[in-house]
Amino acid sequence: MRYIGRRLLHGLLLLVGVSLLSFLFANLAPGDYFSELRTDPRVSAETVAALRAQSGLDRPLPVRYAAWVASVLRGDFGYSLAYNSPVGPLLWGRVRATLLLTGTATLLAWLIALPLGTWNATARGKWGDSVSKVVLSCLLAIPDLLLAIVFLMLAVESGYFPAGGMVSPGWASLSGPERVGDVAWHLALPVAVLVLGMLPTLVRHVRASMAEAIDSPFALSARAQGIPRQRLLFRHLLPAAANPLISLAGFSLGTLLSASLLIEVVMGWPGLGPLFLEAIMARDFALVLAVVMLSASFLVAGNLLADILLYRMDPRIRMK
Amino acid sequence: MSRRTKIAAVLVFLGILHGLAIFAGFLAPYPYAEQHREFPYAPPTRIHFSGLHPYVQDSTRSYPIQFLVHGRLFGVPAPGVIFLLGSDAYGRDLFSRLLYGGRVSLLTGLLAAFLSLGLGLVLGTAAGFYGGWLDQILMRGGELVMALPWLYLLLAVRAFLPLHITTVQAFFLIVVIIGGAGWVRPARLIRGVVLSARERGFVLAARGFGASDAYLIRRHILPLTLGVVLTQATVLIPQYILAEVALSFLGLGVGEPVPSWGNMLAEAQEYHALVAHGWMLAPGLAIIPVLLGYLVLADTFIAPAGRAR
Repeated sequence: MRYIGRRLLHGLLLLVGVSLLSFLFANLAPGDYFSELRTDPRVSAETVAALRAQSGLDRPLPVRYAAWVASVLRGDFGYSLAYNSPVGPLLWGRVRATLLLTGTATLLAWLIALPLGTWNATARGKWGDSVSKVVLSCLLAIPDLLLAIVFLMLAVESGYFPAGGMVSPGWASLSGPERVGDVAWHLALPVAVLVLGMLPTLVRHVRASMAEAIDSPFALSARAQGIPRQRLLFRHLLPAAANPLISLAGFSLGTLLSASLLIEVVMGWPGLGPLFLEAIMARDFALVLAVVMLSASFLVAGNLLADILLYRMDPRIRMK
Repeated sequence: MSRRTKIAAVLVFLGILHGLAIFAGFLAPYPYAEQHREFPYAPPTRIHFSGLHPYVQDSTRSYPIQFLVHGRLFGVPAPGVIFLLGSDAYGRDLFSRLLYGGRVSLLTGLLAAFLSLGLGLVLGTAAGFYGGWLDQILMRGGELVMALPWLYLLLAVRAFLPLHITTVQAFFLIVVIIGGAGWVRPARLIRGVVLSARERGFVLAARGFGASDAYLIRRHILPLTLGVVLTQATVLIPQYILAEVALSFLGLGVGEPVPSWGNMLAEAQEYHALVAHGWMLAPGLAIIPVLLGYLVLADTFIAPAGRAR
């Protein structure tokens, strides 16, 4: 319990640090939302100054940081000037979309990687392992971006899959199960790209740590006692090999979110990625800050979860 | 194949790819911005042969391909055009733009990796060698940087810098952003090497003879980090090439008319380009052999270390 508490505190401190740093950076940034206005000859300097005062941009830095923290605690995350609304309500739908996409992709990728990596580890040196190794290496060399564009191209040409977006027009009028089916249909392509992007790394690590477990003395003795192969692999060896894989799951979250950002933009998935890009183009710093904080929280939370899971699974960590 | 020949082969392969980009000015038949407005989205030009003499033709007449003309490797006489990979919306030669774009993308990868490794080497060595509060500050700072997914980090840093700048400024800006944001991982690894090196017998002995810190670092510690630095280079360079492609693709990197593989892909993404003009994907395909080369290189660097363990 104390361990978990310590990790939790550490994560919180990290987030506070990130927020302080990005707040500082945002203030050092040349120009803001209003500097675009100032180039417009119809808007006088006084108007701009008045607008800045109204939105509180002219107050000293610590005051603004305190106000921002208060608004984060209220769930507002500051005020978006481009959308003319608190940032919070803009975010939640986007967060749901991103989590749906990345969550599904992660689940699917692990469901494929665990058996495939295990199988590769048992078939080391045989042709099946070599083929899968070559295929996965080639997959690793294909950028996610290209994969997304090609998939989109195929979708447009074949007509089997929607060309981007999350729901079909007229989605609101569909019945419950039809709605789920429609979202799943839209989900297929972006998830496929993400899974293909993640798979090589995951399989490689599963294979490596399973190979180590298979070669260990306890595996040999378990086999000598006549434990069936399937049971040996998945009940005895996989938990023993899980340790580095759980850490990997935590680490790979950052890569996953980054890949997801690009794919969301290409495929028109209404997640955090496109929102982030719009906010940057409009120099809407409140929104940029909120997305930065959210992505950091996902990563920190994911790593925390991996830590807790490791702690539960591995008695060696509890002893330390 | 021995490890040595494998590394040599991959290095030659990568050298050729980089050479193609470096000598774009000679190899490309056209400057990157030259427009042939009368040939938008022209498909790849077919090359015919009469005997050993290659020529291209349009509906009315044929043009021989001339070699070593106007300071370029090849070209066709004036009214004729040669688009080996087709042309884009403005009738610009995709093959030429691919070579010039490779210059930007590959150079970004190399320069940014150089910057990251330089920073990582300085900060990691300082943290590992001196320890104490310096180590604490650097490593905690590193954790802050690592708390953001890398693309979000790059975009966030880019967001707080001016948007409307010249292409040259944009190029150096993204090199600095990509390289500067990536110092943490090499720094941590180098710090680990330095921490263990500091306690090695010959380092302690040299210290006992009164060697200065600068001498110890230069003579005994830095050579030990070479392995990590090389391995990190093979991992970071392709990652940074992809980062440049991503940034330029999103419109936050190098912009028109200067080509980079990223902003060229952004054009390919447009709906009609996607369906009818498949050759626009060439810059995306060009990344694959480069990545593959670096992947194999990284594997051969890492593999013996893994076997020794």
